[in-house]
Amino acid sequence: MTDPAALRARAEGLAAPLPPLLAGARHLARTVALGSHGRRRPGQGDEFWQYRPFAGGDEARMIDWRRSGRSDGHFLRQKEWQAAQSVMLWVDGGRSMAFASGDRLPAKGHRASELALALAILLLRAGERVGLADRDLPPRTGELQLLRLAGALGDAESAAEYGAPGTRDMRAGSRAVFLSDFLGDIAPVHAALTAAADKGVSGVLMQILDPQEEAFPFDGRTIFESMGGGLRHETLKAGDLRGRYLDRLAARKAELRDLARLTGWQYGCHHTGDAAQTALLWLYAALERDH
Amino acid sequence: MLVLGPIGFTAPWLLAGLAALPLLWIVLRAVPPAPIRRRFPGVALLLGLRDADQTADRTPWWLLLLRMLALAAAIVGFAGPVLNPVQRIAGTGPLLVLMDGTWADAGDWQRHLDRAAQALDEAARDDRTAAVVVLTDRPEGPLPFRAASDWAMQVPSSMPKPWQPEGAAAWADGLDGAFDTIWLSDGLDREERAPVLAALEKRGTVRVFQSARPVRALRPPVFQDGVIELTALRMDSDGAATVGVVARGLDPNGIERDLARGDLTFPAGQAEGVLRLSLPPELRNRVSRFEIEGARSAAAVALTDDSLRRREVALIAGSEDREALQLLSPTYYLERALAPSTDLLHGTLGDVLLANPDAIVLADVARIAPGQSEALQDWVREGGLLVRFAGPRLAASDVSRDGPDPLLPVRLRAGGRSIGGAMSWGEPKSLRPFADTSPFHGLPLPGDVSVTAQVVAQPDPDLAERTIASLEDGTPLVTRKRIGAGQVVLFHVTANAEWSSLPLSGLFVSMLERLAVSTRAAPPGTADLDGTIWTPDTVLDAFGRIGDADGLAGVAGAELAAARPGPATPPGLYAGDDRRVALNVTGPDTRLEPAAWPARIAVEGMETAQETALKGALLAAALGLLALDLIASLWLAGRLRGPRAAVAALAALMIVGQPLPGLAQEADEAFAIEATRDVVLAHVLTGDARLDGLAQAGLRGLSRTLQARTTVEPAEPVGVDLERDELAFFPFLYWPVSPDQPRPSDEAYARLNTYLRGGGMILFDTGDADVAAFGTQTPAALRLQELARPLDIPPLEPVPADHVLTRTFYLLQDFPGRFAGRDVWVEAAPPDVETVEGMPFRNLNDNVTPVVIGGNDWASAWAVGEDGRPLHAVGRGYAGERQREIALRFGVNLVMHVLTGNYKSDQVHVPALLDRLGQ
Repeated sequence: MTDPAALRARAEGLAAPLPPLLAGARHLARTVALGSHGRRRPGQGDEFWQYRPFAGGDEARMIDWRRSGRSDGHFLRQKEWQAAQSVMLWVDGGRSMAFASGDRLPAKGHRASELALALAILLLRAGERVGLADRDLPPRTGELQLLRLAGALGDAESAAEYGAPGTRDMRAGSRAVFLSDFLGDIAPVHAALTAAADKGVSGVLMQILDPQEEAFPFDGRTIFESMGGGLRHETLKAGDLRGRYLDRLAARKAELRDLARLTGWQYGCHHTGDAAQTALLWLYAALERDH
Repeated sequence: MLVLGPIGFTAPWLLAGLAALPLLWIVLRAVPPAPIRRRFPGVALLLGLRDADQTADRTPWWLLLLRMLALAAAIVGFAGPVLNPVQRIAGTGPLLVLMDGTWADAGDWQRHLDRAAQALDEAARDDRTAAVVVLTDRPEGPLPFRAASDWAMQVPSSMPKPWQPEGAAAWADGLDGAFDTIWLSDGLDREERAPVLAALEKRGTVRVFQSARPVRALRPPVFQDGVIELTALRMDSDGAATVGVVARGLDPNGIERDLARGDLTFPAGQAEGVLRLSLPPELRNRVSRFEIEGARSAAAVALTDDSLRRREVALIAGSEDREALQLLSPTYYLERALAPSTDLLHGTLGDVLLANPDAIVLADVARIAPGQSEALQDWVREGGLLVRFAGPRLAASDVSRDGPDPLLPVRLRAGGRSIGGAMSWGEPKSLRPFADTSPFHGLPLPGDVSVTAQVVAQPDPDLAERTIASLEDGTPLVTRKRIGAGQVVLFHVTANAEWSSLPLSGLFVSMLERLAVSTRAAPPGTADLDGTIWTPDTVLDAFGRIGDADGLAGVAGAELAAARPGPATPPGLYAGDDRRVALNVTGPDTRLEPAAWPARIAVEGMETAQETALKGALLAAALGLLALDLIASLWLAGRLRGPRAAVAALAALMIVGQPLPGLAQEADEAFAIEATRDVVLAHVLTGDARLDGLAQAGLRGLSRTLQARTTVEPAEPVGVDLERDELAFFPFLYWPVSPDQPRPSDEAYARLNTYLRGGGMILFDTGDADVAAFGTQTPAALRLQELARPLDIPPLEPVPADHVLTRTFYLLQDFPGRFAGRDVWVEAAPPDVETVEGMPFRNLNDNVTPVVIGGNDWASAWAVGEDGRPLHAVGRGYAGERQREIALRFGVNLVMHVLTGNYKSDQVHVPALLDRLGQ
């Protein structure tokens, strides 16, 4: 007989280390129900993919005789490609990501971590290897990696105002996902993307912005400070700056988009005011497209 | 103090601060609003952006204006502004405040008092002693100079008098010492004004204040040619003016109300206006006074006395000798005497009795039919005046021979006597002067009245006191007997000139007047009133209000005839023997002339300027402006977003908006009208929405049942809040008791007790089917005990089988609601009530039981929805429907009990009543 009270105590003990972030991410990942999952191309794997007519250059041992026996032609049996990919995630840990314009909105960093973890869950579930750049977490597979990811994301705190992506751990031919607001200096991003492209790494840039950053709803005499207080800008008429700020923001987005196109990456923008599921779906689909 | 127009400043040098305002404008304008610090990650994108406008962001002009106004208001406020500052010259020495204090002052007496108070106030500030004298109510001895503040407390209690000052000139001459005078005049011209002014001017300076208010007066009404002629006077004669004149009097229910109204117009240039009112006699006799509408003055009230009354007199002759000469008709002289001043009725005795006349004159009627005799006696007992004249018939009959006839004052001897005729001895007798106990006392005796024949009274013991006129030899000529409130008078002669020359003389008319058979149109003269004593019945005060004349001494008639209104003879209504005489402030020859002051006297108005300090208002305005500025600044700085904006808007509204009083009162009135337009059943709001809804639905069901089955047609029931609503409108309160309802406040209990004492009924319903059985304590029952403890509830008992509740509409013996069968408690019957033999029930409480207590949850059984369907199930099947029906019948009985009281209980007397009626 198992004492229910004891059972519950044990269960709670087990559940305690699981960070709330992971729970949120699992919840988010669960909402993504993809009809099919796979590389959708022939290759090494266990699952049947397609029959293909015999063509010149094919070895005779590749012919599927059972299928060919039913018709006059010869057919090859192909399996779906299931080679595991390694995906490096980079979540901006800069102070700027801690910004949230309202009580009801999550901080940008929180949303980024959540998206990253949910994506990791989906990828791990699909058998990919997932790692975390800048946190010394090389790509690995399995449930344990998920816990490691969650732990690393949970205690990430950087002193820098704006984070910069690193390409140190990226392996050639792997995939990468950068989650940041990309409001800081663009040069490190530029360098990282160029380096990644050199290594043959393709991936996704996801810009996460707060609605206030998109709207700039300020008026009057204002002193703007960065989250760490390191940068400040004083204006007498904040309202006058709105147009120029929005222009600059649009320019920054265009710059990122161009950079992504040049390096074969994909660029997306997400606002913390929107639902996380859309962003996750887009991320996931972007990774799918990226072959 | 600096004075600018109507405003003065107590600290004018502070106004110099206003000069700094333009400077402040420039400074404030240049200073940008304080910056807001904001955390914003996008700052990296802002770096390097320059403000397009390099100059400082200027405060908008309207905000500056707001601040300037606030500052200016504060500066002006602190400078101590005063509206209507009083500039005055300080005087020295004693001050006499002299008020006329006549009825002409009454219209704006308060302003006189205010002006006097102001004068005293100023005198107190200057340390002057003062004396206040009202000319119509002068103190004895020298002028009572005292501290002005002492007088200030006494002045508000002084009152004008409804007469003119008398002997003021002599009084003013007797004054000595030096003093200044402030004379608050009533504006009417009087002979004494000039001497008094001269006397006062000898003592010191005189300032005269006089109200510009028009004074109007109403002369006594004159009845002429069937119409009442009312003459109103005014002091000024420029322009046409119209005033309303109202006739007031008791209506048949004894309530004083306006009986008639007319508009009286003063033609331009004339000081008099005339209104002719034609009123039916019934109405005219009820008029007790005429008033000028809206004039608060004794002169504007004209009391009516008997001169307006037209008495109804029935003339009945013993024989209608149509063939005889008109002059021999028994009633010919009576008609001639009475017709000018009375309304005469003709007809048979039975007919005229129905008309209930004031007096009935029987000329030589001997026998009266037994039935009519009793009716006549009843009529006399209730105040009728029966005047009988003797004649051949009466002399020949045996009426009142052996025993006294109830309708004759004395017993008569057979046959009568004749004097001075061919077959008799002696001279025709003339009259003896009237004794002072006689109503005719004082009437002059014409020498040519002689009596040749008369009926003679038996010498009974009370003959002397019943005799009110006699012949020279002491033989009674007129006798009188009082019966109840009325009287019977017998003239021992005929009403025509057959037996005496009395009907030919003026004395005859006067005697009839004194007996109040007739009234006269002209006001009574000295001769008419001589020898009578009149007591004041009601008196007028200076404001024209009617007051009781308790404790005032009687006035001799001669004095009254010559009297002018004064302390000894206040204006009012004087009652004599059976007549009333009005002494009005305005006589038939009164004129109103404006006072003519010498040119050296400047006459000032009564207006008292009230100093109003504006400091508080200005400072409050400054604070309000600053609060607005706060909100406006926040808005400009972009800090008003989201809920904060709403709060700010609300605050701005509160600053700008004003509270709207008066709504609550209107709501109260609407409630009262709603509650009293129809019978309205009411339930007590318990605060439990379910219970209140149930009670409402229950009373709705009961109301509809009442409407369908009885003549009680209640409107929609209402819920009453014991704390707020007036209970007196509701005959019946349903109070559902729940364990957790709040206890009403002490005031609410006080009102509930008043309600119960005033005949209201409360039906307490615990709705738990259990309360009535003592010992089983449900929470609701405990709560009920707690709630009902402060109530004034008599001892209770379960409804006895013969309680009036069991038969007010339906015959019932049990009172189920949703539950059945438990006892219902009502006020206990008195312990000494016994069952009377042969009566089906006892004669129980004489009142409506103030409370009915039960727990049968009647509301649930009564409850119907808007569509009239029952809301709650009661019992099962047919038995349940029967129970609901009985519950409704109980409700009907209850409401009937409330509305009809012990009416059904009184049915015990029906057999006795029927027995007495002989049916």
